[in-house]
Amino acid sequence: MFGRIAPIILKEFIQIRRDPRTLAIVLAMPAMQLLLFGYAINTVVDHLPTIVFDESRDAQSRAFAAAFHNSGYFDLRAQAHSRAEAVAAVDTGEARVALLIPPEFGNHLLRGQQALAQLVVDGSDPNTAQTALFAAGMVAQVQSGEAVASLAERLGRGSAASGIELRPVVLYNPSMLSVNFMIPGLIGLILQFQTLILTAFAIVRERERGTLEQLVVTPIRSWELMLGKIIPYVATACMAVGVALAVGRFWFGVEVAGSLPLLAALSLIFLLSSLGVGLFVSTISQTQTQAMQLAVFIMLPSVLLSGFMFPREGMPFVIQQLGLLIPLTYFLQILRGIILKGVGMEVLWPNVLPLALFGLAVFGLSANRFRKRLG
Amino acid sequence: MTTEAIIDVRGLTKRFGDLVAVNDVSFAVQRGEVFAFLGPNGSGKSTTIRMLCGILEPTSGEGRVLGFDIAREGEQVKEHIGYMSQRFALYEDLTVRENLEFYAGVYQVPGSERKTRLVELIDMAGLRGRERQLAGQLSGGWKQRLALGCAIVHQPPLLFLDEPTAGVDPVSRRRFWTMIYGLARTGVTVFVTTHYLDEAEHATRVAMIHGGVLRALASPAELKRGALQGHLLSLVCDTPMQAVALLERAPGVREVALYGTTIHALIDPAQQTAEGLSAWLGDVGITVHGATRIEPTLEDVFISLIGAP
Ligand SMILES: Nc1ncnc2c1ncn2[C@@H]1O[C@H](COP(=O)(O)OP(=O)(O)OP(=O)(O)O)[C@@H](O)[C@H]1O
Ligand SMILES: [Mg+2]
Repeated sequence: MFGRIAPIILKEFIQIRRDPRTLAIVLAMPAMQLLLFGYAINTVVDHLPTIVFDESRDAQSRAFAAAFHNSGYFDLRAQAHSRAEAVAAVDTGEARVALLIPPEFGNHLLRGQQALAQLVVDGSDPNTAQTALFAAGMVAQVQSGEAVASLAERLGRGSAASGIELRPVVLYNPSMLSVNFMIPGLIGLILQFQTLILTAFAIVRERERGTLEQLVVTPIRSWELMLGKIIPYVATACMAVGVALAVGRFWFGVEVAGSLPLLAALSLIFLLSSLGVGLFVSTISQTQTQAMQLAVFIMLPSVLLSGFMFPREGMPFVIQQLGLLIPLTYFLQILRGIILKGVGMEVLWPNVLPLALFGLAVFGLSANRFRKRLG
Repeated sequence: MTTEAIIDVRGLTKRFGDLVAVNDVSFAVQRGEVFAFLGPNGSGKSTTIRMLCGILEPTSGEGRVLGFDIAREGEQVKEHIGYMSQRFALYEDLTVRENLEFYAGVYQVPGSERKTRLVELIDMAGLRGRERQLAGQLSGGWKQRLALGCAIVHQPPLLFLDEPTAGVDPVSRRRFWTMIYGLARTGVTVFVTTHYLDEAEHATRVAMIHGGVLRALASPAELKRGALQGHLLSLVCDTPMQAVALLERAPGVREVALYGTTIHALIDPAQQTAEGLSAWLGDVGITVHGATRIEPTLEDVFISLIGAP
């Protein structure tokens, strides 16, 4: 039964080995994309230019601001004279962070009431924003602790005091996509792109060069040809994911929190739909250029609507619903769930179910179309 | 079936929308024949071959190849035939040997025979020493012979060749045909399309197709004898172009065609003779240097068939 599939697979691997373009897509692309995305995000962050608008103007507020400076993460560059001025400084990029201390801050702190402060962060670089939030949180916690302790000492009673509450506002990128967030998304995208493009190319190339016509005159059945064309690119997609995971792990320190076998199994389910689309593209395109254009056209909504780039929560209702028609949407939830949160099937099944249904439908229809178009 | 018909088609028709690419074609090919399918571009040769190979369903009509129904038993047909498509369908990024191995695998040539078979084919195609060369780097003639090797790796009793010599130099063409006749001597039936008429001269039988319609089917000798109604004259004169124009109106002349500077005229022997025509041309002011009766070539037959209204 596999007698005629084996030679096709073997041939495909020889061709992959000899084609630098395919090799680049398989091996270099995942590493490169990850590094590009990772480096765009992951830079060491300290001495963030910070502007302060202090309306409290007392020892407590000054100590709080000084603690920010002393943490090393923030450089207090300027004092603003209005809230608007502080926010404008973040807008223009003069400052990355604005610390806003309201008039009652010192008093509240002294009286053991909750003292509010606000932090406005430029979120256009998620990594910066994250570091800023994290560092500010630490500063606030330490300062809060000190204030509570000194209050207890002064009043000689237990800590009914509330300390400091820091309210962050992140501008421009409220969900703060970071490299951790990117890696699962990239893996999904790489899987989809590779299987779709390479499968379609492998078939269209034969049509372009006339070898497909030769093949259909051989006793190869269409399903044998299909499997022979699919299996090699599932294998290379696995390699690509391996590369991506390795770069994530050893370069960016992002470990897979959940089960790898589960990740692999669900990835195969996801592949059904992208392989199906690849087959579909191959039945429509006469040339590799057409196949490429069509593939990009099909993939674009995946990139935009699946939540890979933009959080789905922020999208208008209709667009959100459209996103539910895209397999990558579900797979992203699965990937992030397994890689970042370490959850298993008990949490993931609402995503696995539609993914499997999509996969079976798309693959079944495309395989059927492929069979007819070839026969 | 009287003798052993290896291909037998009746009323084979293929339409593409309004276009009738193959129109009610019937013929039979006997075992061991080299059957040439002759026709100009777009006459339906490839379409006919595709239907015979079981990869294109006929609109109507029926056919059997090696005893299998071409419409219903295409899979069986495919296992027992060799096919060389119009473009040499080789994997250019695979070596000579890898190409052969691939097709050997696809046709499931048993592992025990595979090695000797490949050596045989490489020798036959004269590719010894080039086994590791990429097919894409071979020149036309080599590619053509490699493609033939791939098509017969499973030793099919019937071989379809679709314009196998298009775009190949004359020496390679001759060498290729030597290989084809070598195969035919071992009992392989060859169905070959071409528009080189000299190639068809050596075929066992020739079918001429034009506009999807089978116009003639006979051995080359019979075709030449029977297809032309009349005698063929070869005329040499001073102003051939002018002469051709005049000859078209001459009495007893059926057809005129110019071959270089020589005129071929088909005459009705009941009404006209070589001498009579020379005299007629002399009367209208054209000096004739010679007028002889010649044996028609296939080309004459072909032109007369497709030129006929
Ligand atoms: N799949 C198709 N769809 C529509 N028309 C087709 C198809 N295949 C062939 N034709 C048309 O059918 C006619 C016969 O084509 P075919 O390829 O059989 O000719 P051919 O004799 O092989 O010509 P050539 O010498 O150019 O190879 C042509 O007019 C062609 O355009
Ligand atoms: Mg043709």
